[in-house]
Amino acid sequence: MPITRREFVKNGVAAFTVGFSAPAFLSDLAMAQGQFRRNLVVLYLSGGNDALSMLVPYNDQAYRERRPSLQIPAGSVLQIGSDSSGVALGLNPRLSGLRTIFNAGRLAIIQRTGYANSSRSHFQGTDIWSTGDPSSPQGTGWLGRYLDTLPSPVDPLSAWSTVREVPRTLLARTVGVPAIPNAGQYAFASPNAGTPDAQFARQSATRISSHLPIDQPHLAFVNSTAQAAFATLDRVAGVAAYQPSVAYPNNGLGLALSTVAGAMQRDVGTKVFWVQTGGFDTHAGQNQNQAGTYAALMTTLDGALTAFYNDLRNQGLFNDTLVLQFSEFGRRITENGSQGTDHGAAGLMFAIGGGVRGGLYGTAPNLRATPDNPTLENNGADVRHETDFRSVYASVIDSWLGANSVNLLGGNFRGGPAFI
Amino acid sequence: MRQREQEIEHLLRRAGFGATEEEINEYARLGFLSFTHLAGRLLNYAEIPDDVDSFVGGPGYVGVTARGGLQPNTNLTDARQRWLFRMVHSQRPLQEKMALFWHNHFATAHSKIANDAGAEEATRMLAAKPSEDPGGAKGQLELFREYALGNFRDLLVAVAQDPAMLYWLDGRTNFRNQPQENFARELMELFTMGVGTFAETDVYAGARVFTGWNTARPGAGAARHFAFNYNAAQHDTGAKEFTFPIYPGGSRTIPARGGASGMQDGLDLIDAVARHPATGPRLARKLYAFFINEVDAPDDALIREVSDLYYARGFAIEPMVRRLILSTQFRDPANLYKRYSWPVEFVVRALKEVGWNGFSVNDALTPLVNMGQQLFEPPDVNGWELGRGWFSSGAMLARMNFAAQLTTNQKFNLRDAFRDHASSPESVVAHALDRLTPQPYTSSGQAALIDYANTGGAWTGSDTQLATKASGVVHLIVGSGEYQLV
Repeated sequence: MPITRREFVKNGVAAFTVGFSAPAFLSDLAMAQGQFRRNLVVLYLSGGNDALSMLVPYNDQAYRERRPSLQIPAGSVLQIGSDSSGVALGLNPRLSGLRTIFNAGRLAIIQRTGYANSSRSHFQGTDIWSTGDPSSPQGTGWLGRYLDTLPSPVDPLSAWSTVREVPRTLLARTVGVPAIPNAGQYAFASPNAGTPDAQFARQSATRISSHLPIDQPHLAFVNSTAQAAFATLDRVAGVAAYQPSVAYPNNGLGLALSTVAGAMQRDVGTKVFWVQTGGFDTHAGQNQNQAGTYAALMTTLDGALTAFYNDLRNQGLFNDTLVLQFSEFGRRITENGSQGTDHGAAGLMFAIGGGVRGGLYGTAPNLRATPDNPTLENNGADVRHETDFRSVYASVIDSWLGANSVNLLGGNFRGGPAFI
Repeated sequence: MRQREQEIEHLLRRAGFGATEEEINEYARLGFLSFTHLAGRLLNYAEIPDDVDSFVGGPGYVGVTARGGLQPNTNLTDARQRWLFRMVHSQRPLQEKMALFWHNHFATAHSKIANDAGAEEATRMLAAKPSEDPGGAKGQLELFREYALGNFRDLLVAVAQDPAMLYWLDGRTNFRNQPQENFARELMELFTMGVGTFAETDVYAGARVFTGWNTARPGAGAARHFAFNYNAAQHDTGAKEFTFPIYPGGSRTIPARGGASGMQDGLDLIDAVARHPATGPRLARKLYAFFINEVDAPDDALIREVSDLYYARGFAIEPMVRRLILSTQFRDPANLYKRYSWPVEFVVRALKEVGWNGFSVNDALTPLVNMGQQLFEPPDVNGWELGRGWFSSGAMLARMNFAAQLTTNQKFNLRDAFRDHASSPESVVAHALDRLTPQPYTSSGQAALIDYANTGGAWTGSDTQLATKASGVVHLIVGSGEYQLV
């Protein structure tokens, strides 16, 4: 029995039937059998994403009152229906590509994600989301611990950071993850390039870096990064030659996602990719004339993700892919004097992929700043979390990566939104 | 003899950026042969003329690439070039080293300022020298040089009133009716006390304290520039409550003040965060990691001593750094090579130890991006991720490839410099190790270097062979893990 989009959105996953987008869904199930080819792309929006500008409760009177210059009118948002609490929601006007993915049933948006006593610090907040441990956000990352469960020795290319640093999320005990922002530059140079001596140099450098002294863990660490480079150079060189099926936007996120698509298409064996785009710390000038810094961020995000979505579908890779987005916190509800927003609490997460059951999960906050409003905290200044971010991680670990979330998260966070 | 040389090389790497053979000889000629004597010269840099900028572009110095005249006060690339030039050639290396430390501590990025004020004005705010600027604008970097070993409380005031900071952390849009929390939060969390030492309410109160601290643009024509301006009309005149003492008597409330005298609020809060019991230990730990050891468990007694000095000497930085550099721990062999070099430290040291004749610092700028450190563009207000954070396979490859780029450029200079050491592969390796001061290799590492020098044909010591193998051995050493530690 076919259902309408509204019913689907309203009831979330429960209402999902084969009648909705059936052919794609059935082929997804078939593809899902090849679990070993699955990969996860973690997309980090750094700086604290303003969830209320990405997914807009455009009919909420308090939203308009508290955001006189930032508000996006009902006529401009890309309306995508209402959530299970009946709040009408729309995507930021610059997210037309994401709306297409939403309408195809492959974008899940999970509202009010976060944790209790949310840190308003970028750095502590990022560590908490990276480790999955709000009480002691140190040590390995939640996906680093997943890498540690893979059969030893773990291939360094099991994970791939597309930024220059390896984020804490990918910090593992057993393997040093490579950071490869540009596959084309990931090659070994020599002062005697073009002669046999260059090959001798590479052999010697590989030998020197094999020194991993237990009593000098700092030197062992540096040498392990060199070793990871030597172990991956030749495979990455193949990725650099990748010709995408669509044009990606010429920016950092576009380059990163086209590199990820190349790595998937070349089947280099990477299971977890890290992709990041910054500038979300929008304290000022967020939405001047509906075209401020936040609009530019959304244009970048939408362009790159849309190209990635189309490229993966063209390459037959979409069903093996799960994109999981997060940010370290949401932002203050009331705008500040600089037409921006300060650090807040709960935000949103979204997921895109062939195995994703699209729709709106969770409920929107009621933005009225009354003391007894259970959806807000900090005297009504910030959004209170409804869904613990670790329950989203648990779904990804259990249902997509096929590992045990209780072990990796140090507790049972199962039972969260079933978006996979 | 050997031990003393090792200590002196160590001192020059930590309190500076390493040294060329000529500089070592020059220090010896001037009589700075002992560790303490040389340390004194580095610490008392104010006695040494600051004339390094007059040598930019001169023969015998590392090159710069001027595109129609170097404009380091308004052009970001040129500002980066000049700073690297200074790190290579300054006779006050500790001052440049501390400027770099503060650049990371008060990490401010050009791109955001440029977005609002334009690229040229943003460069001016970050790097202009007042003596060269038509309006006498003083860039943030000049503050860091001025206060390199100065008073931390005064540095905080200067930074809070610095136009670059007022743009970077949005102080310029902190208004009485709509306070802006960005600066107040980072003042407490990153610049002084540290995370977990204050409450959210302190952030809100702190934002109100700094309302009215803004910029203005005095001057006309080319002299027009951004400067600090206190806007009394935008100051929140109400009292502000904190969870920690603001005044020595223990009061936690900044009293209500009229707009005209309201600027005192900010000075009171800066005094309070400078005086806060968490600030001294935090600075001491950061300086300890920078100068002594960031690898092993810290020496808590020394850190306490340095932190006590901070309070006893009225927040002066110089006694803290002097205590660290002159400590027995500084020279303890267990602390040698126990810090991961920052990319700019790695690049500048390599230039000094490998050579620069015919090399432009401009050609180090893109490699530095790939290694993860672009001057005037830290990733965020927390600065760069130090220590292990500098290293990933991509960043390590970028370091190896900079070593390749530099040795390619210096191939014939190296050939000439190695002519007196060309008798065997062993002598080439021995000379390279002597010249480059890496952490000593194990016998197998050394064997790998010698085997490399031996591979590809019988040793003749010909010019052709020497050009290949001298550059090749130097490339391998500079690109090795042992060379990444300082």
